[in-house]
Amino acid sequence: MYKYDTYDQAMVDARVAEFRDQVRRRLDGSLTEEQFRPLRLMNGLYLQLHAYMLRVAVPYGTLSSAQMRMLGDIADKYDRGYGHFTTRQNIQYNWIKLEDAGDLLADLASVEMHAIQTSGNCIRNISSDQYAGAAAEELVDPRPYAELLRQWSSFHPEFMYLPRKFKIAVIASETDRAAMKLHDIGIKLVKNDAGEIGAQFYVGGGMGRTPMIAPMIREFVPLDQLITYAEACLRVYNRYGRRDNKYKARIKILVHEIGADEYARQAEEEFAHLLGQGVEPPIAELERIKTYFQDPPFEAGAPDTLDRSDPDFALWVDRNCVTHKQPGYISATISLKPVGGIPGDASADQIRLMADLARDYSFDECRVTHAQNIVLPHVRKADLYVLWQKLDAAGLGAANLDRIGDIIACPGLDYCSLANARSIPIAQKISERFAAQEKQDAIGEMKLKISGCINACGHHHAGHIGILGVDKKGVENYQLLLGGSEGEDTSLGKITGPGFDEEGIVDAVEKAADVYLANKQGEERFLDTYRRIGIDPFKEAIYD
Amino acid sequence: MKILTGNDLKTGAVVWWDGTGWSKYVNSAADVGDEGDIIIAREEGARRVFAAYAIDAERSADGVRPAHIKDRIRAHGPTVRDDLTLNPGDPDTSNWVI
Amino acid sequence: MTEPQLRFRDDEVVSDPAVTVDSFGDQSNATAVRIEPGDDARALLPHLDRLRLIEVNFPAYTDGRGYSAARILREAGYTGELRAVGDVLIDQLSNMKRCGFDSFAPDHPLNEADAKAALDCWPDVYQATTDGRTPIWTKRHG
Repeated sequence: MYKYDTYDQAMVDARVAEFRDQVRRRLDGSLTEEQFRPLRLMNGLYLQLHAYMLRVAVPYGTLSSAQMRMLGDIADKYDRGYGHFTTRQNIQYNWIKLEDAGDLLADLASVEMHAIQTSGNCIRNISSDQYAGAAAEELVDPRPYAELLRQWSSFHPEFMYLPRKFKIAVIASETDRAAMKLHDIGIKLVKNDAGEIGAQFYVGGGMGRTPMIAPMIREFVPLDQLITYAEACLRVYNRYGRRDNKYKARIKILVHEIGADEYARQAEEEFAHLLGQGVEPPIAELERIKTYFQDPPFEAGAPDTLDRSDPDFALWVDRNCVTHKQPGYISATISLKPVGGIPGDASADQIRLMADLARDYSFDECRVTHAQNIVLPHVRKADLYVLWQKLDAAGLGAANLDRIGDIIACPGLDYCSLANARSIPIAQKISERFAAQEKQDAIGEMKLKISGCINACGHHHAGHIGILGVDKKGVENYQLLLGGSEGEDTSLGKITGPGFDEEGIVDAVEKAADVYLANKQGEERFLDTYRRIGIDPFKEAIYD
Repeated sequence: MKILTGNDLKTGAVVWWDGTGWSKYVNSAADVGDEGDIIIAREEGARRVFAAYAIDAERSADGVRPAHIKDRIRAHGPTVRDDLTLNPGDPDTSNWVI
Repeated sequence: MTEPQLRFRDDEVVSDPAVTVDSFGDQSNATAVRIEPGDDARALLPHLDRLRLIEVNFPAYTDGRGYSAARILREAGYTGELRAVGDVLIDQLSNMKRCGFDSFAPDHPLNEADAKAALDCWPDVYQATTDGRTPIWTKRHG
């Protein structure tokens, strides 16, 4: 994985010093809260319901074991012994003190990490495919391109005060595991007819209160113009994105209002201009970055078989592991969704254990997924049983990847100052309702996603089943959505009708699952059946 | 009654105006009547708290209960972590929130 | 015109009154203009040779359009004074300078020591702009 050189390290260190100074000026009164707020946000420091919250960047979701261990240590040293892995592949801590933030950032910097631009109206952490570099079907490893974009977007002088936040995802497989088309810019690496690799740009997607699927605005950007094209896209947005209404300020609204063709035309015009301005890094820089993402030293001829005699282990393998490009290896997902648990939360001890397992069994590397789980990307099949035993003993052995228990949930009103309703208790109740293995197996692939407000951090628009918490005259109320997907077949869920209380929404989910089971044909997933029969049979059952 | 809440500037902790200073306990909250804006301006100006605001609450024999669930969760802590509330280990206090 | 507090030019301070972009076209003798956030900086490009001062107004420091305006002017070859005016604060100075501003006239005077520290904060830069700094990318590859 990528390693900082002295330049990268100096920039992150300078940022720590800058933030310490900003905190000093806030505490001595030189900065008002209004002036300080965007500065702390650009270092990931929010004010949440109970305290300051710090969001740490995990660039494209990749962590070394030393970094992962530091995340566990930080949870103990500065927080209350746990962290929360987020839907943008980051981690956040809920109980940080402003006066500790500088020291915390310095600890992060000691392992080449930071909280830069994890909030604020700027370019956020770049997300990617959690199986990058391991997936059997990927064209190239997308992470070098994401790293190049990370460097370009870090401290970009022109784009720190955009109309609104800006999220970029990069993928390089036909299977989309990063919700690419639901980002402000989604980049898919593709091969053209001449056999060259280039970047396909999708611009103007997003969830939030006005969900939109990004249209493709350029089929192929040559790699030696990648940064220039991205800069053109951002400049058009910075100049013409709406600033009169916070809720209409995302780039999706601009692209929607002027049309994808007109946006593309303006981006092309700016691109043509910027090509003469020398903003593109030398192509040698991309080559340099790529050298950090070469395959780890896989063992040639590693045994490609598994002893499946332990049924619990066999189940976990079937649910949580996926094919690796290298024979004898597998990618294993550690589910952070135990029955009745808090989706995405992990204790300091669990985080350190996962760090040790990454070191011992996965070439020192792990990944955070947008579904709030952890992946060990490169595990020898011969080691898998021992690995699983250690996970199981630590309460990390849930075998439910992409099942109804594998719920994405935002922190909701238990932690978030923007939320209208709690998300976590709903996730807990649903996972308990469907705890029985036969039930989960019968329902099969199911992406259930819960947000506690319309900002959609829990991706409810993109859930096969989505749940949106709203405030109904001071009482929590939950709307049900069906038919969303954030995969390569991206679609937006539809609201079934009036909302439910806490118990009612769990019942409604069960009724929806029953409609699927009664109508399922052949190997259809819930989503397939829904798409075939439409929303009406579900409505009838749910509102009967 | 009208009570004031905000966050301690240095630690971020949720605090409640008790008439002379800021307390961690909502039961210490004082009725500020229509003095809220004046107190907030003074206290934020002195950088003791930030993000302060006035809310409706009720006082009963059991203590002070904010009118909105969001402020009750602020007063109590996350309802999904009984160990992290102001009364750790007492599951009944979560019921107070709802 | 607004008196700059910080200036990174050796020539004489331009004290001509800055006109609006709209009226600039009709005033063929004007040498100073003020850009508001909604103005198109490119409207000035045909007239750069007669401009000595361009003020870019930041009514609120959170409105970042002025950064693009500044870069567009510098990219087009403007070499006159480019002055950030309005809600100009310490922690934005460094980025403004990177985008081509070379003078700053904040509504409220800045603490000089803190401003200097903020401007000297970054040992290097990743991106290429017209400010003359060599990006890290270039340094890495000689």
